[in-house]
Amino acid sequence: MFSYNLDHLRELEAESIFVLREVASQFERPVLLFSGGKDSIVTSYLARKAFYPAAIPFQFMHIDTGHNFPETLEFRDAWIKKMGVDLIVRNVQDSIDQGKVAEEKGPYASRNSLQTITLLDALQELKIDAAIGGARRDEEKSRAKERFFSHRDEFGQWEPRRQRPELWSIFNAHHLPGEHFRVFPLSNWTEEDIWQYIRKENIEVPALYFSHEREVFEHQHNLYAVSDYIRLGADVTRSRKLVRFRTIGDMTCTGAIESVAMNIDDILLENAVSRFTERGTRIDDQRSETSLEDRKRSGYF
Amino acid sequence: MPNTTAYNILRLTTCGNVDDGKSTLIGRMLLDTKSIMEDQLEAIRSASERRGIPGVDLSLITDGLKAEREQGITIDVAYRYFSTAKRKFIISDTPGHIQYTRNMVTGASNSNLAVILVDARRGIQEQTCRHAFIASLLRIPHLVLCINKMDLVGYDEKIYQSIVDDFKDFSSRLEVQDVQFIPVSALIGDNVVHRSENMPWYQGTTLMYHLENVHINSDLNQIDCRFPVQHVIRPRSTSFPDYRGYAGRISGGVFRPGDSVMVLPSGFTSRIKSIGLGEQALMEAFSPMSVTLCLEDDLDVSRGNMIVRENNLPTSGQDIDLMVCWFNQRALQPETRYIIQHTTHEVRCQVKEIRYKMDINTLRRVTDDPNLGMNDIGRVRIRTTQPLHYDSYRRNRITGSVIFVDENSCETVGAGMII
Repeated sequence: MFSYNLDHLRELEAESIFVLREVASQFERPVLLFSGGKDSIVTSYLARKAFYPAAIPFQFMHIDTGHNFPETLEFRDAWIKKMGVDLIVRNVQDSIDQGKVAEEKGPYASRNSLQTITLLDALQELKIDAAIGGARRDEEKSRAKERFFSHRDEFGQWEPRRQRPELWSIFNAHHLPGEHFRVFPLSNWTEEDIWQYIRKENIEVPALYFSHEREVFEHQHNLYAVSDYIRLGADVTRSRKLVRFRTIGDMTCTGAIESVAMNIDDILLENAVSRFTERGTRIDDQRSETSLEDRKRSGYF
Repeated sequence: MPNTTAYNILRLTTCGNVDDGKSTLIGRMLLDTKSIMEDQLEAIRSASERRGIPGVDLSLITDGLKAEREQGITIDVAYRYFSTAKRKFIISDTPGHIQYTRNMVTGASNSNLAVILVDARRGIQEQTCRHAFIASLLRIPHLVLCINKMDLVGYDEKIYQSIVDDFKDFSSRLEVQDVQFIPVSALIGDNVVHRSENMPWYQGTTLMYHLENVHINSDLNQIDCRFPVQHVIRPRSTSFPDYRGYAGRISGGVFRPGDSVMVLPSGFTSRIKSIGLGEQALMEAFSPMSVTLCLEDDLDVSRGNMIVRENNLPTSGQDIDLMVCWFNQRALQPETRYIIQHTTHEVRCQVKEIRYKMDINTLRRVTDDPNLGMNDIGRVRIRTTQPLHYDSYRRNRITGSVIFVDENSCETVGAGMII
């Protein structure tokens, strides 16, 4: 007996493709925020599936802190070429040079939160009415409250108390001039789903996700890559270790974990027995208990 | 392609007030399925400590926002994820007090199953009836009544049985197809994931066993073929100069190449030439798959149209009766105009009549109130500017549902289920 029943990856894929097509149909100037991390890679892969054989009907945008892993940027450029889309790059350095934001000083300074201003300026300048992101609800407690279509006011802010109810699969994209939406097609995916899907569909990801040897230092119980972008505290010791990255932000906020995972099967296995969450390695989330919520409210990804 | 042993997703919603132990139950499910990581546990432990609670307060696992942790309340629906060897679970965790109807309706709209919590010491309360009514109104196919805090009533079978009997009495007035009753203690963990040794008289399954095994394959309509067109794909490229595909998500039934179909509202007929998903050609496609259909003939088809089988048409009409849940401060009033979103189709409507309002605590119809206020539920008649092609919500939750959008504020102000 046949039963018409989708397995979890195909159901998630169907849902995300539906959301991406709603964006193309309901908005005038959407962009896909592309960071070069696995979630934005999967989002763009799904976008290609959604509109095949036509081209993806929106541009990609990368907010570059200037402190990215060189491997990420290299991957980004090759992937954009493969997807056949235009990439808009906006640099946090420009916002700093224009005096719109002030750079943090001292050891472990990061440009992570400065990205918000660069992003909001770019959305305003280009009159973007929808910015598609790869954020997932399982990542973090404030993201657990996100809608698929997340309304932002004219200042780009998120107000969790005033979110629109989102029922069935009907998405309301109506908005007043100056307001925009963030759209999260991967809302219902977990980290495990993402890796299983990458394996199933044989999707390329940056080499940073796999085990490699790297010079690292320890800070607040996490390992970080030694780079020119991060000033170390006085009592820090460097060492060479076999590591991989579970998430990829820029070099100043992304921690590594010790790992021997050479392929996706290994990653799935290591993650399954890990006792820590995916974002446990992110300095940007650990500045306070509500660090990500605070940044989200002000317009962060 | 159809698979009999697929690892699939169960979407569930939990209903109950703060005091019923809803957060503790969710915390228990996550903890006992090993879905909580050390860094999360550490955060909960230090939050418990700050509030002067000894040990780890499981209910804090579901706290999300700053205001929620500060005030000990829940704002808005949150989604939780966990999986076992059998299934992936998505919980929509809806707050119990503020905006209750609005939040529960939102959480319920996509759920296969609702867990309703009852405090064993208090039995069936007004709010239990309200939860069951909303679950039945939103047509959640499966209901589980968890009689919680059994540890506080000495694991007494008689108390459990009388609550079960009371609920059966009440639910005979609702349309609920599948109800399970499970005595639990979320705090101690009895019958949540692990079988309780404190209630040898209970022969049924644990909550988790039920969630892992409840039959959900029949929850979607695989009979009436419905394909709301979402987006027209026209590459106009050198490789695909004449390609014209209709992208959408199947809202009902099974489609195969060769099927003769009709496009609504035009009434033109054609055959399905091919069905695609990305580069892959499919031999069949069913709900809830997102695919692209190509037809044999060049027809004028656009977003908001619906592709169906000629011998099984939806209802088409402009005068529509619905059960409406209202979400906005500004009440729904006769003669007012709204935007209606129905599948991928958008029209305008005028409210013709509010036939009655439900008193959801007593299930009585109130006919002498002309307005539908925030969190009210009532039967409404509307007239739309163009015909909608719909099924009754009872028959199909996708083609039978609409949302109301305010033309000025752009907010989603109501949800409607077509009768």
